[in-house]
Amino acid sequence: MAASAAVTANYVLKPPPYPLDALEPHMSKQTLEFHWGKHHRAYVDNLKKQVLGSELEGKPLEHIIQNTYNNGDLLPPFNNAAQAWNHEFFWESMKPGGGGKPSGELLALLERDFTSYEKFYDEFNAAAATQFGAGWAWLAYADNKLKVVKTPNAVNPLVLGSFPLLTIDVWEHAYYLDFQQNRRPDYIKTFMNNLVSWEAVSSRLEAAKAASS
Amino acid sequence: MAIRSLASRRTLAGLKETSSRLLGLRSIQTFTLPDLPYDYSALEPAISGEIMQIHHQKHHQAYVTNYNNALEQLDQAVNKGDASTVVKLQSAIKFNGGGHVNHSIFWKNLAPVKEGGGEPPKGALGGAIDTHFGSLEGLVKKMSAEGAALQGSGWVWLGLDKELKTLVVDTTANQDPLVTKGGSLVPLVGIDVWEHAYYLQYKNVRPEYLKNVWKVINWKYASEVYEKECK
Repeated sequence: MAASAAVTANYVLKPPPYPLDALEPHMSKQTLEFHWGKHHRAYVDNLKKQVLGSELEGKPLEHIIQNTYNNGDLLPPFNNAAQAWNHEFFWESMKPGGGGKPSGELLALLERDFTSYEKFYDEFNAAAATQFGAGWAWLAYADNKLKVVKTPNAVNPLVLGSFPLLTIDVWEHAYYLDFQQNRRPDYIKTFMNNLVSWEAVSSRLEAAKAASS
Repeated sequence: MAIRSLASRRTLAGLKETSSRLLGLRSIQTFTLPDLPYDYSALEPAISGEIMQIHHQKHHQAYVTNYNNALEQLDQAVNKGDASTVVKLQSAIKFNGGGHVNHSIFWKNLAPVKEGGGEPPKGALGGAIDTHFGSLEGLVKKMSAEGAALQGSGWVWLGLDKELKTLVVDTTANQDPLVTKGGSLVPLVGIDVWEHAYYLQYKNVRPEYLKNVWKVINWKYASEVYEKECK
């Protein structure tokens, strides 16, 4: 299942590109059932209701996101639209048997922009761990450079002028069932070591480079 | 080892205080996790014992620990005149200090049913609620709606505006205390709507948590605060 850089979604609850139990033991079927089946579904359903009859109805998801961000003074559809986009992007950022160090061009770029994979790991880890409250941590691409970004609530790099390449959801609902007792650091480590789909990151990077040239 | 176990916390604190004074350093006031005035399971079935224990021992404790760390770093930066570090520390102080402040209030906002949890407010606060919101049901409906609609993490509050002498319902994001919404606002009842406050029991159904939490709200405490501030 090729992951594209542009997540068009168009108000469809797309299933993850693997069965709901495929990420076990690192992310449980129960978590996927709630996180995808309830949370993500609610964002999609609520977005549909929210834009019905408005000028935003039928517009691509990215259009809604860009037009309701309003420089941080968010218009009502932003949260549902961005969260629908973010979650589809998140499922496609993971794969069974994923994680660890990438190779080839991606590794070379990480080493160029972070000095080493380990330095990237630490920076991504720190961003995910220190995002106060709900939010996301990202690997993003802008001005021919890779960088780590953290965002609150539903905000994503699209509205900050960069191309998202990888994300981890750090809202509590993402890890609260599997990493009980508030163990966000363990969740982040598990994501990095066991879940990241570097294939998805690579193909998104190609699309980002093509779009920038 | 034996000597250390005999030394009381107060003695050790006294030694630290003395040595700080000898070095010419002001010692700062640090904080400890307050005990709950009831057992973890005492708020069931509205809030599970599992949630209460994790919420208190993991989440609130983390805010206290991180607040103390930030305060120590702040103290050092202030003493050194390191303005950049002082400013840099503000978000950690607001977040962790706010977390400590808010949760300390929250534990007092809750009470087991057999100790009055859920009993409607009488007296001055009861009257003020009827005046401002029509009825207690009206207030509950408004707070539940605003709590459910809050995106991300935060709190929904019933507050007293000391200056205008009115009751207000408002929300704050993350761990911002109510006072960040207005210097004259005094929190009377705060309800935590971070996912950690309800997820293990109610999962994604925050409205169900908000429906049930009112059964254990300690209106006696809210009344005491209200009457004290209104003097």
